Amino acid sequence: MPFFNMISCEEAVLYSYGFATIASAIPAYAKRGDVIFADKGVNFAIQKGLQASRSRIEWFEHNDVEDLERLLEIQAEKDRKNPKIAAKTRRFMVVEGLYTKTADLCPLPQLMALKWKYKVRIFIDESYSFGVVGKTGRGVTEHFGVDVIDVDMIMASLENSIASTGGFCVGRSYIVGHQRLSGLGYCFSASLPPLLATAASEALRIMKEEPERFTRLRANAKSFHLGLKRALEGTHFQVQGSELSPMQHVIYEHPDPKVVDHKLDMLVDELYNRSILITRSRYLDKEEAFPPAQSDKVMTNSEMSEEEVVIALSEIQQAAQKVDATLDE
Amino acid sequence: MAETLTLPATLPFDMDNEEHRRTKSARIFSKLPFRIHPLSWSVSLKTHSGTKVIQSSDAKGFKANFFSKEKIRPTSSSGNYDTLRKNDISSQSKALENILDVNGNIPTRAENEFEPVSRVIALWCYISWTVLLIFAYFREFLLKIGLEKSKATKELDKQKDFVPLYNSFESLYTRRMYMRVRDVFERPIASVPGAVVKIKDRITQDYCWTFQFTGTETEIINTGSYNYLGFAENKGPCADASALSIDEYGLGTCSTIHEQGQSLPQCKLEKLVAQFLGVDEAICFSMGFATNSMNAPCLVDKHGLIISDEYNHASLILGCRLSGASIKVFKHNDMNDLERILRNAIANGNPKTRRPYKKILIIIEGIYSMEGSICNLPAIIALKKKYKCYLYLDEAHSIGAMGPTGRGVVEYWGCDPKDVDIMMGTFTKSFGAAGGYIGGTKAVISHLRKSSPTGYYSMPMSPPVAQQIIESMSIIMGKDGTIEGEKRIEQLARNSRYFRRNLKKMGFIVYGSDDSPVVPIMLFFPAYCGVWGREMLKRKIGIVVVSFPATAMTESRARICLSAAHTKEMLDKVLKEIDDFGNITGAKWSRRAHLYKDIQIEY
Repeated sequence: MPFFNMISCEEAVLYSYGFATIASAIPAYAKRGDVIFADKGVNFAIQKGLQASRSRIEWFEHNDVEDLERLLEIQAEKDRKNPKIAAKTRRFMVVEGLYTKTADLCPLPQLMALKWKYKVRIFIDESYSFGVVGKTGRGVTEHFGVDVIDVDMIMASLENSIASTGGFCVGRSYIVGHQRLSGLGYCFSASLPPLLATAASEALRIMKEEPERFTRLRANAKSFHLGLKRALEGTHFQVQGSELSPMQHVIYEHPDPKVVDHKLDMLVDELYNRSILITRSRYLDKEEAFPPAQSDKVMTNSEMSEEEVVIALSEIQQAAQKVDATLDE
Repeated sequence: MAETLTLPATLPFDMDNEEHRRTKSARIFSKLPFRIHPLSWSVSLKTHSGTKVIQSSDAKGFKANFFSKEKIRPTSSSGNYDTLRKNDISSQSKALENILDVNGNIPTRAENEFEPVSRVIALWCYISWTVLLIFAYFREFLLKIGLEKSKATKELDKQKDFVPLYNSFESLYTRRMYMRVRDVFERPIASVPGAVVKIKDRITQDYCWTFQFTGTETEIINTGSYNYLGFAENKGPCADASALSIDEYGLGTCSTIHEQGQSLPQCKLEKLVAQFLGVDEAICFSMGFATNSMNAPCLVDKHGLIISDEYNHASLILGCRLSGASIKVFKHNDMNDLERILRNAIANGNPKTRRPYKKILIIIEGIYSMEGSICNLPAIIALKKKYKCYLYLDEAHSIGAMGPTGRGVVEYWGCDPKDVDIMMGTFTKSFGAAGGYIGGTKAVISHLRKSSPTGYYSMPMSPPVAQQIIESMSIIMGKDGTIEGEKRIEQLARNSRYFRRNLKKMGFIVYGSDDSPVVPIMLFFPAYCGVWGREMLKRKIGIVVVSFPATAMTESRARICLSAAHTKEMLDKVLKEIDDFGNITGAKWSRRAHLYKDIQIEY
């Protein structure tokens, strides 16, 4: 499979479902008695994987490296008091490359520094950042210039940029090979239909041969981000997300959550009438560990031409102003 | 088929052979003077002349007493517990005797057989595992003192002082035992896995640590794919229809179901699945494993109880664990054990909260893939109705493969699909695609659509995959106007019975029922797995061998999955090779071969 060629890793394991990739990979390594440090903004699949692993989870504030360091210090204290147990407790850190809920990047260089200092293994979920971030789309490791060998495992879903079904895990053979026997979603499940695997291979080949797609994507993402900021100025709508991310979240500032809900829905409907499709981001609110903020998701891609971007932004501006001005019922 | 051996129709609650399994509690129960005893049940069966309801002799009495305001007084029972049960069973067998199934035939159902093996063989199994372990430790010792070089992948030098990632025993098993027979597993294939498959030849210079492809391909008879109805083909109406749907609908929506919605083929598929199963509505997912593991938590929460069969699949176990409910396990297909657990659970309640359980869900499978046995569905439905629980039936292997028109285990037994609360299945096995479905009442499916995590966080089914399932399901239902579906189902039934009876005649121990297309041949010794896998490949047969940890330590087996695409010649070839090799290795342990000695097995 060309995955490991793409990210220059030793081995890759392919799953047939994006959700199952992450939810099976984490319990294969972390068992009862281990400790996992996870960001509060991780997505639901990771949360299910953490729950299935039965380890102790320590949550740190989203993208807050100091909070993580504080938790690591506490753990180090415990280890000093009890070196025997410490020698058996495996430590992991789970972060996402590009967070789905807030559309911002993780601070990878600082996390790698913490990894070496406190001897914690790091797993990165690159579902949204693979094929998006980095000069040739290889993910956050390329973007930040971190050596891929140092990252213990990268998990990604093929359902986003690659537009196929399934997911994969890449890393060193030492780590990834273990999943062939102990990853539940791999051993006890059917493999990906050859049609979709071929589609994914083709997509990777295109990614390799047409690096100009990424320059176009980055240009579109940047212009969208700045354009949205300008378009939503003066209304209660705000843009959330990093400049590099083609997915932006639009939130509404109001103390009452019902009004927020209503206004976001009205924005989606209004834009639908003007032939622009955006969507409400949907979460399973009761099951999430930390309820995420309500938002609308606005996405762009590398194939959008400049006129389309301009048209979309102007429509969004008009719609937002109209929705903001309507009185609440 | 002319034969002199008659097989009985399996009855629910067959107590006649189970004297030796009476537990202490059953014996105590039998002395109770009250007339509330477990034989008050009723089950409705679909027959040629409509639905027939079979009831135990005192079912009406039980209900009347329960709902009336009078106190239940102890009556002097006319006999003790055992004779009461025996009388009821004989009346029950008379009632079931001449019930015809939906096509107007008298059904003959084979019972599940699990021939017990002598303790000597179990002891030898443990000895052989110990020998393997001794050799493994010896090689580790050689590694440590430097006489041998390690070929396994190692941790990075920079990370040597991190806490070790793997348990030392786990990695020992992988390195020293699994690696030696690795060429029997994970074989790369080079063509569509139908009745025959082409595999790429590979050789290993260093005992399976690395492989080199020789560049040639061999065609082998494929008995390892779950290709029950032979739909794993790359030509034909299914393949054409799915290729066309790619042009129209693309490969995926790159979004979740709740955000951008699902494709038209998936909507059509859900309606078709509901019609096929005979339920109100159905919902489809793009992975079978995720169907079980993500939806069980939506159905039961921590106030409920799950009672699952001993040999349930890993996806069901994961789903039960993630739900947070209490879990109890009953012995495989043992109705007495199930009833005992139900009665104890209802009487004692949740030990943690000292309250009654809010919901009890029984989870079983149609055909168990490692044993080849069929569940005892009428008995479980009768129990479920009596104790007012819910039933979750996982028909991963049995949908399409069992029943006169392929509707699964529910049709095989003649039960009513509306009695099973949740029918789950996968499309991977009989339909030649990927994915899973859940069927049930409108309320249940609407709840699942709203609360299942698969709707919020993952993509819907890919349109060509959905189209493939629509085509194959239409063929099975006969909607395309041909009798292709019926032919395939009949072919599969013939293949299963012919193959299994021949194997038993030869003297192999084969678990499970004669009607199931999954054939586990017991090999018992772990070393036999490697030998059989390699030798069968030399004789051009692809066979799947399973050992610890997928099965118990003393029960390694070779599992053959029959298909409607296998012709009689292929089956004869496979039987001949297995017979021959069984003689060479001495794997014919059955002591019941004399029962089959004189029967003529016709195709």
